[in-house]
Amino acid sequence: MVGILEDKDRIFTNLYGFHDWGLEGAKARGCWNATREILQQGPDWIIDNMKASGLRGRGGAGFSTGLKWSFMPKEVGARPHYLVVNADESEPGTCKDREILRHDPHLLIEGCLIASFAMHAHACYIYLRGEYVREREVLEEAVKQAYEAKLIGKDNIHGWDFDLYVHHGAGAYICGEETALLESLEGKKGQPRLKPPFPAGAGLYGCPTTVNNVESIAVAGTILRRGAAWFAGLGRANNTGTKLMCISGHVNKPCNVEEAMSIPLRQLLEEHCGGVRGGWGNLKAVIPGGSSVPMITAEQCETALMDFDSLRELRSGLGTAAVIVMDKSTDLVRAIARISYFYKHESCGQCTPCREGTGWMWRVMERMARGEAEMKEIDLLLDVASQVEGHTICALGDAAAWPIQGLFRHFRPEIEERIASYRSGRPHVQGHAIAAE
Amino acid sequence: MSVRRLSAQQPDSFAFSDETLEKARWWMTKYPPERKASAVIPILWLVQKQEGWVSEPAIRAIGELLGMPKIRVLEVATFYTMFQLEPVGSAALIQVCGTTPCMLRGSEALMELCRSEIGPKDKLSADGKFTWQEVECLGACANAPMAQINDYYYEDLTPDSLKAIIEAFRAGETPKAGSAIGRHSSEPAEGALTLTDPSLYDGSRAVPITSLPNAREPAV
Repeated sequence: MVGILEDKDRIFTNLYGFHDWGLEGAKARGCWNATREILQQGPDWIIDNMKASGLRGRGGAGFSTGLKWSFMPKEVGARPHYLVVNADESEPGTCKDREILRHDPHLLIEGCLIASFAMHAHACYIYLRGEYVREREVLEEAVKQAYEAKLIGKDNIHGWDFDLYVHHGAGAYICGEETALLESLEGKKGQPRLKPPFPAGAGLYGCPTTVNNVESIAVAGTILRRGAAWFAGLGRANNTGTKLMCISGHVNKPCNVEEAMSIPLRQLLEEHCGGVRGGWGNLKAVIPGGSSVPMITAEQCETALMDFDSLRELRSGLGTAAVIVMDKSTDLVRAIARISYFYKHESCGQCTPCREGTGWMWRVMERMARGEAEMKEIDLLLDVASQVEGHTICALGDAAAWPIQGLFRHFRPEIEERIASYRSGRPHVQGHAIAAE
Repeated sequence: MSVRRLSAQQPDSFAFSDETLEKARWWMTKYPPERKASAVIPILWLVQKQEGWVSEPAIRAIGELLGMPKIRVLEVATFYTMFQLEPVGSAALIQVCGTTPCMLRGSEALMELCRSEIGPKDKLSADGKFTWQEVECLGACANAPMAQINDYYYEDLTPDSLKAIIEAFRAGETPKAGSAIGRHSSEPAEGALTLTDPSLYDGSRAVPITSLPNAREPAV
């Protein structure tokens, strides 16, 4: 067997799209089985079981999904409740929700119904990133099938009136941030809101709203069908269940795979991905959870487990479980400089530290990649990064700072050497006018 | 952030086609009646599908359709980078992903090819058929390097396979999207190693579940 998880415990049984994504195929694979019975157990039962399963949000933050659902008001007041599904998958390295949207859309639709019922919502919006055109076509068709089969809609067979709408963005990473997503869904620029108020109090159109990642919602039906204990029995304590992992970069066979949480990183790469290009000894560093988390070294990869707590101990994070592998041929400074460019490009421009800081950090990183910098600028860069981090409305500022901090934490001597060798080859290096930028 | 401005050359007018208008009205039904502005992004996208790009008269027309001030529509059109603010190639708009996961697997060579085959980045080619751009992560990282061409993803590219794709578009064809090395989707190359258990697909999971785990006393 490859990996840890057995096929019988996989939730996304059509992950690769070899089978029918449509309603008939989905039903044959167990989707929409006992959905009515699940709803009959009531909202509290659903939320209690989601909590007991230990499911932590799959969009990056890792907050308990059941607990998040319980924050919604218990009674519906004058304002309707909404569920919004975040399918604005744009974290570099992450390509898992895409497979759910185009290959297992009914698991998502069923999850939307269950989650909406648990939170007393009669309407749900799924916000796809605009680039996912094919995925949107499939999802729209699947929603249509569900309406026609009376699985959702008014007077459906589940006894909970429920409307599901597919919405899309148009190319803005920041709309993956939940309040920016809500702004965008309201037809505005995607600029994050100050919290509080939290969306559970005032979200979409000022109404109580919960925003969940696609994967968190799509696993709900299977968890409730098979039992919280089944899900909680996979992985290890506080890091339970299965997780879609996306492996890209310098492995022999990049892929998506659903695995048990807490699978050793090395086992993941060697068994599912054909190993690191050029062998394990050729590994240099890994970004284990999407571009926002700091990298870890090859040595740390020996012991790292793919879960929230293990990677937190290594001062990195599970994020979206998007593993970006870099072998010894990689110019790490350039790789991180490209990530810095990404954040510069995607900053929404609302907070000054991020708007100005991301551009500044990128320009300095580009010079460092060439070696055309001064030694003292390393500390200056880290100082600026620490001043962006934590001083913005949303986490994009943090996300821009962390990759740089991770690089220097582990590979500072390499950059120092590059600066030294650049200068040694040129007798008169003019100091760069950093203040003017 | 990226600075984006409207094109200096603008057409005199814009009119929705019947098809666009019909689709726009369908989008507007998805939101509460007093929240029509929610449809602005999908409608800008429809307009771009109709015209190839988003012009100033189109922005004005969308504002009127949705009862939004023009400046609000303009804000949205310039904020979101999928909206093309000047005309793009008639045969293909090629958007090469340049972010780190694609860069690690050779997107720079793809962009070099685009430069030699088409011309400078972000500029309409001399024959008006192509525009190529470098874009940020498109979310298909396990199939890197890749490019979005018009609407769809072309994955697992090499300069040679991208060149063949460009040639096909130049000849007026629409080559098949997806992996250029024969992968079905994001399974490992040479075949999936998981999801091989036939009992997942034999219908045994569709057998009605009579009792849920942890179920309460039977509901009345």
